[in-house]
Amino acid sequence: MKKRKLGLALSLVLAAGTLLGACGNSENDDKESSNGKDKKDNFTVAMVTDTGGVDDESFNQSAWKGLQEFGKDNSLEKGKDGFNYLQSKSDADYAKNLNTLVREDYKLIYGIGFLLAEAVGEVADQRPDSNFAIVDTVVDKKNVASINFKEQQGSFLVGVIAGLQTKTNKVGFIGGVESELIKKFEIGFKAGVLSVNPDAKVEVKYAGDFNKADIGKSTAGSMYSSGIDIIYHAAGGTGKGVFTEAVEQKQKDPKREIYVIGVDSDQAKLGAVPGTDDNITLTSMLKRVDVAVKDLSEKAKEGQFPGGKVIEYGIEENGVGISETKDNVTEESLKAVEEWTEKIKSGEFVVPGTDEEFKKLDL
Amino acid sequence: MSKHLSKLTSPLIAVILGLVVGAIIMLASGYDPIAGYGSMIGGIVGDSYYVGESVRTIIPYILAGLAVAFAFRTGLFNIGVEGQLIVGWLAAVWVGIAFDLPRIIHLPLAILAGAVAGALWAFIPGYLKAKFRVHEVIVSIMLNYTALHVTNYLIRNVLTDKLDKTERIADTASLRSPFFESITDFSRMHWGIVVAIICVIIMWFILERTKTGFELKAVGFNQHASEYAGMSVNKNIILSMVISGAFAGLAGAMEGLGTFGYAAVKGGFTGMGFDGIAVALLGANTAIGVVLAALLFGGLKAGALNMPLETGIPSEIVDIVIALIIFFVASSYFIRWIAARFKKGVK
Repeated sequence: MKKRKLGLALSLVLAAGTLLGACGNSENDDKESSNGKDKKDNFTVAMVTDTGGVDDESFNQSAWKGLQEFGKDNSLEKGKDGFNYLQSKSDADYAKNLNTLVREDYKLIYGIGFLLAEAVGEVADQRPDSNFAIVDTVVDKKNVASINFKEQQGSFLVGVIAGLQTKTNKVGFIGGVESELIKKFEIGFKAGVLSVNPDAKVEVKYAGDFNKADIGKSTAGSMYSSGIDIIYHAAGGTGKGVFTEAVEQKQKDPKREIYVIGVDSDQAKLGAVPGTDDNITLTSMLKRVDVAVKDLSEKAKEGQFPGGKVIEYGIEENGVGISETKDNVTEESLKAVEEWTEKIKSGEFVVPGTDEEFKKLDL
Repeated sequence: MSKHLSKLTSPLIAVILGLVVGAIIMLASGYDPIAGYGSMIGGIVGDSYYVGESVRTIIPYILAGLAVAFAFRTGLFNIGVEGQLIVGWLAAVWVGIAFDLPRIIHLPLAILAGAVAGALWAFIPGYLKAKFRVHEVIVSIMLNYTALHVTNYLIRNVLTDKLDKTERIADTASLRSPFFESITDFSRMHWGIVVAIICVIIMWFILERTKTGFELKAVGFNQHASEYAGMSVNKNIILSMVISGAFAGLAGAMEGLGTFGYAAVKGGFTGMGFDGIAVALLGANTAIGVVLAALLFGGLKAGALNMPLETGIPSEIVDIVIALIIFFVASSYFIRWIAARFKKGVK
């Protein structure tokens, strides 16, 4: 009986093997023939998301928006001979997705987010003939372009607004996990506040996690009760808790003037106070991954792929800035933002991004 | 024979039904199911690269499935495979980084470390169950979270200085193989498949060919009868959990030493431990069944990634198919149970 069962199982495996094998072959033929046809002159470009997926309301989504715009401008269509994306469901999928796109012959392949750094580096070594780009970190390979942002500049601008609009002369910064990247937000913000309001105090707290809304909420709670009236967060999902706390406090006491400054994308909809027209979002620091992705794709299309280089997107490249929603921002602040923007663009003022640079700054 | 046949047919029918309903869902959402499944199969065995990647995906599924199935046979529901997998992953990588040894010692040592870590993690619920009758499901679920956060802490504060992943393991501890890479066009297929197959044989051998295995199964069938027959129920509960945990730890070690080569801070569970429950269920808790179920699940997961690119079908549809298969397996037991009742009633 045992033997029969084993025999049955074995023959099943065999049958499945033959069947699948057959399908595989035909699939293979299809691919080869269609690949032959596909060899148009189209510049094809694709991206691999991290586990956040393409609709994460953050940089994956923003990057995809950039690719879509690039496709529209160059009359490409979503698909194999245009632009495309692959989503990663787990960390193990990064390398496979990158490799799949290489096999489909995309001319430029993006890894969105620092989580993909390891995989991009590895695949770039294996496929020296393909071009890659990584966002938010540096992968030092000949065929990889690294897209970085001058987050300190955008943070500086929202810092200017916070410095001018604080009534208590106390503002707060809540970071996710302390790192070189988040430090740029913190230092830029501090510099911005102190440039326009040398008497202000900036309190800095790190939550230690990017996905702990409860910590964000309690940290914001203690900041607001200590007299801080504006909080800038660079803490991903943790930052959602900051918004929740501010909205709750505003509901309890509608006269109280407290604000949150959002990050990465326009976060105004997180700050709406239910049942009123109030919104506790002061403004948001924008990080335009879409602008960067579109720009780099254009460059690559024209044959100027900056392989092995780190490309920094700042105010000048329209890579960072403040959000469209600025209902709570005063005229005076907007004017100041414009002035400082000019100063930064012209190089008259360099925004610090590290503790050392901040110390050298004469405020 | 008919009993054995039905053991095999019900999962098979469930798989077919799952795929058929999946096809209907694709049709209903305006996609071509034939093209969809075609691209999926292309993504599983389309060319040597995809075959290699599919094999790599299957390795941890086999081991996680074995872990769940082994405990099931002793009447234990080890839902803590996920946590045991995570600690196994970290332990294996730790040994892979910390020591400088020749390959012949280093690699087995790192693999063994993964197994031991998983076994120790599973020992806790096993011991509590044996000693105090605390339900293993509750303890092992909580230990999943403990494993996740403890390993994250260790990676951030002990193994590195506030970084989110460890350095790469030494080459002497790596399961990666230039040979597999060359024949599969740089897929990440690794020697873990050999480890997985050895474990399948070990599980079959322990359960079917040893006295210990007989005792373990006996406890699974009826604790009181086993006790009456002079077996130590408590000893067997702990032993079963420990062996189950060792398999789970190995699954993690395969990921750490083969697929990744490092351990990273995790925002959430890998999901592999929970998928192992489905694999064991579909495989009817037998060694060979687990292999077949892991082939199916791993294949589906690997092939799913190819679907959006080839046909624009979202890969989530495969999650639906997998869920449907599990649903039909579960309901087939239910249907059989009803049928059996009905027959009895008639007689």
